[in-house]
Amino acid sequence: MNTELLGIIATYGLTLVIAIPLGKYLAKVFAGEKVWTDFLKPIESGIYKLSGINPKEEMNWKQHMKALLTINLVWLVYGFFVLIYQDKLPLNPDGNPGMTPDLSFNTIISFVVNCNLQHYSGESGVTYLTQHFVLMFLQFVSAATGIAAAVVFFKAFRDKTSTQLGNFWEFFIKSITRLLLPLSLVMAIILAFNGTPSSYEGKDQFISVQGDTVNVSRGPAAGFIAIKHLGTNGGGWFGVNSSHPLENPNYITNIVELIAQVIIPIAMVIAFGIFIRRRKLAWVIFGVMTIGMLLLLIPTVSSELGGNPAIAKMGISQATGAMEGKEVRFGPAISGYWSTVTTIISTGSVNSMHDSTMPLTGLWQLLGMMINSFYGGCGVGVLNYFIYLILAVFISGLMVGRTPEFLGHKVEAREVKIAALITLLSPFLILSGTAIASYVFTTHGEAAWAVQPKNWLNNPGFHGFSEMLYEMTSSNANNGSGFEGLGDNNIFWNVATGFVLLLGRFLPIIGPVAIAGLLGSKKYIPESAGTLKTDTMTFALMTFAVIIVLNALSYFPALALGPLAEYFTMLK
Amino acid sequence: MVLLCVIYPLIVAFAGGFSKGKGGGEKITTNGKVVGYALLGQSFTKPEYFWGRPSAVDYNAAGSAGSNKGPSNSDYLQQVSDRIDTLLKYNPTIKKADIPADMVTASGSGLDPNISEQGAIIQIKRIAVARQLDEKTVAELVVKNTQGPLLGLFGPTSVNVLKLNLALDELKK
Repeated sequence: MNTELLGIIATYGLTLVIAIPLGKYLAKVFAGEKVWTDFLKPIESGIYKLSGINPKEEMNWKQHMKALLTINLVWLVYGFFVLIYQDKLPLNPDGNPGMTPDLSFNTIISFVVNCNLQHYSGESGVTYLTQHFVLMFLQFVSAATGIAAAVVFFKAFRDKTSTQLGNFWEFFIKSITRLLLPLSLVMAIILAFNGTPSSYEGKDQFISVQGDTVNVSRGPAAGFIAIKHLGTNGGGWFGVNSSHPLENPNYITNIVELIAQVIIPIAMVIAFGIFIRRRKLAWVIFGVMTIGMLLLLIPTVSSELGGNPAIAKMGISQATGAMEGKEVRFGPAISGYWSTVTTIISTGSVNSMHDSTMPLTGLWQLLGMMINSFYGGCGVGVLNYFIYLILAVFISGLMVGRTPEFLGHKVEAREVKIAALITLLSPFLILSGTAIASYVFTTHGEAAWAVQPKNWLNNPGFHGFSEMLYEMTSSNANNGSGFEGLGDNNIFWNVATGFVLLLGRFLPIIGPVAIAGLLGSKKYIPESAGTLKTDTMTFALMTFAVIIVLNALSYFPALALGPLAEYFTMLK
Repeated sequence: MVLLCVIYPLIVAFAGGFSKGKGGGEKITTNGKVVGYALLGQSFTKPEYFWGRPSAVDYNAAGSAGSNKGPSNSDYLQQVSDRIDTLLKYNPTIKKADIPADMVTASGSGLDPNISEQGAIIQIKRIAVARQLDEKTVAELVVKNTQGPLLGLFGPTSVNVLKLNLALDELKK
């Protein structure tokens, strides 16, 4: 067993050690039980008073969604204008320009929806003010939005029949004060002590050993990088994200950043089980997710360790594996692990350039984002998984000829319709988006946009197609990573992915919460011998099969044209 | 918002002030002059210095980027093959099979401060000749500047190019 693989095992092990107690803690926090962080209560009541919120006011699922959408709209409008006028605002030591309206449109949506697709580069496209007051602020609140939505969903299944689902603002504020902020603080300080900049100084200049003049971009990045991972946001301070030596200085910070992005998604699953008093169900869900992750992880790491066959032909030794787009201090193994977790969870931060990974790795990355629920993003992972779960309940119900039910509530036509629509939404957005992009690329190559369509692709052939497919998939999954060779800062990509982002975020939140709200308000039917049990091995297999079959049917043709075709050409 | 955008980053900035680089990034100085950042790679092209990895942005620390070249791109493969030829030209004693992949591929950030141990070993002979040093002395220096896996257990082995080159310059005095 070599040291690089040991690194992966240690990282995952540590993740579980932190995530499981965190899940227990979260369940208590949201149930309003006593926890050690209760000393923060005065801060919370201060916030409630300032904003005129009554945290005791109970809401039903529709009121919850109304609150969620309203506040998100406010953030959208606020951020859009600040980004456009950032050049005229303070805290801009490097003198960076304001954004174009289409770039601002894309950026603000992408940060509001927890995606952090970045069509600008951190060093030159934003200022310290917008990094903190728009982008980092949204990294906190968009993650908290996802968590709050998930808690509403938990609440629907806690009691036998209930339309009283707690208060959205209370869940939202607590997600920040009890979870995101304290963890970020600890992590930011760890990063700062390992070499990530944290002061407000602007660009630096020095003369290198060989006499070249070098400019160095810096800035208060440590706090930003902490929340970008904990909140599964993924947007980097610097253009190249966590492969930048200042953003991710060494192997220790690499482990810390890897752990940070996985703990909350796992903790949410554990919290779900404790919160609704069905721990076994949570473990079954966790099991399916983990197996799914391993099935994507193992081939990824092995294809990266194998190296690039075309370079092997030149007679170069790839003792450590494929190195294009990777950093020596991490190596291909843990970079492969990172690329898996960042795509199955909707983080989208990278420590190596996905565009340069092996064709099959690209395939697993795409598939991870298409499924989007093996752990999944902060809060929303559980919600995405729930859709698959409802479909599995429905299909197994049909197979055995019984009325499908979930946790004592009948699943009827209306709920299944919502689930089916949400399932169809992703392939629709991804495939039609890619189709339109390919059409524009081939027929309107000369369009006078910031980047002409004929110059969009950094790589020819099948790989170029993968670049477009990846961009659309990443937007729909609210992931935010990219095959960054794509020339995406122009009106077509900014606007098209902007809409995909919005639909791909809010419908998959509203859908599951609506189903949960509807189910929760139905009469509770006590379990009997005839009940389909959802916390068994058989049902776990069933859910897994539903996930695989649905995604394979939806995406196989597109994947065959992109990464698979590239893989087989390289075998020649 | 005040809590998140003002208080939180200020606490971090304050704490970061106690770290090695005082929150502005750790700098390396020789003879009172800043010659680089410990974490940022810089361009080395002269034969008497150890070279770093190819960079898609020529080590521009104000505009990081990877090459984003796909593995099957024929232009890219031509580039790799040219890099191999350059290495062989400047290091005539090595064989193709000695060259590790990191020396002919661009890093993700374009600012990778490290090369692999093997990447340093293949350059020892050239540097010894250029600096009229004993090969053994240079080899010892490489070993001294090699960073093993974390706790000896986790992760890869790497060499910080800047620190190694500065150590070389020290030798001369």
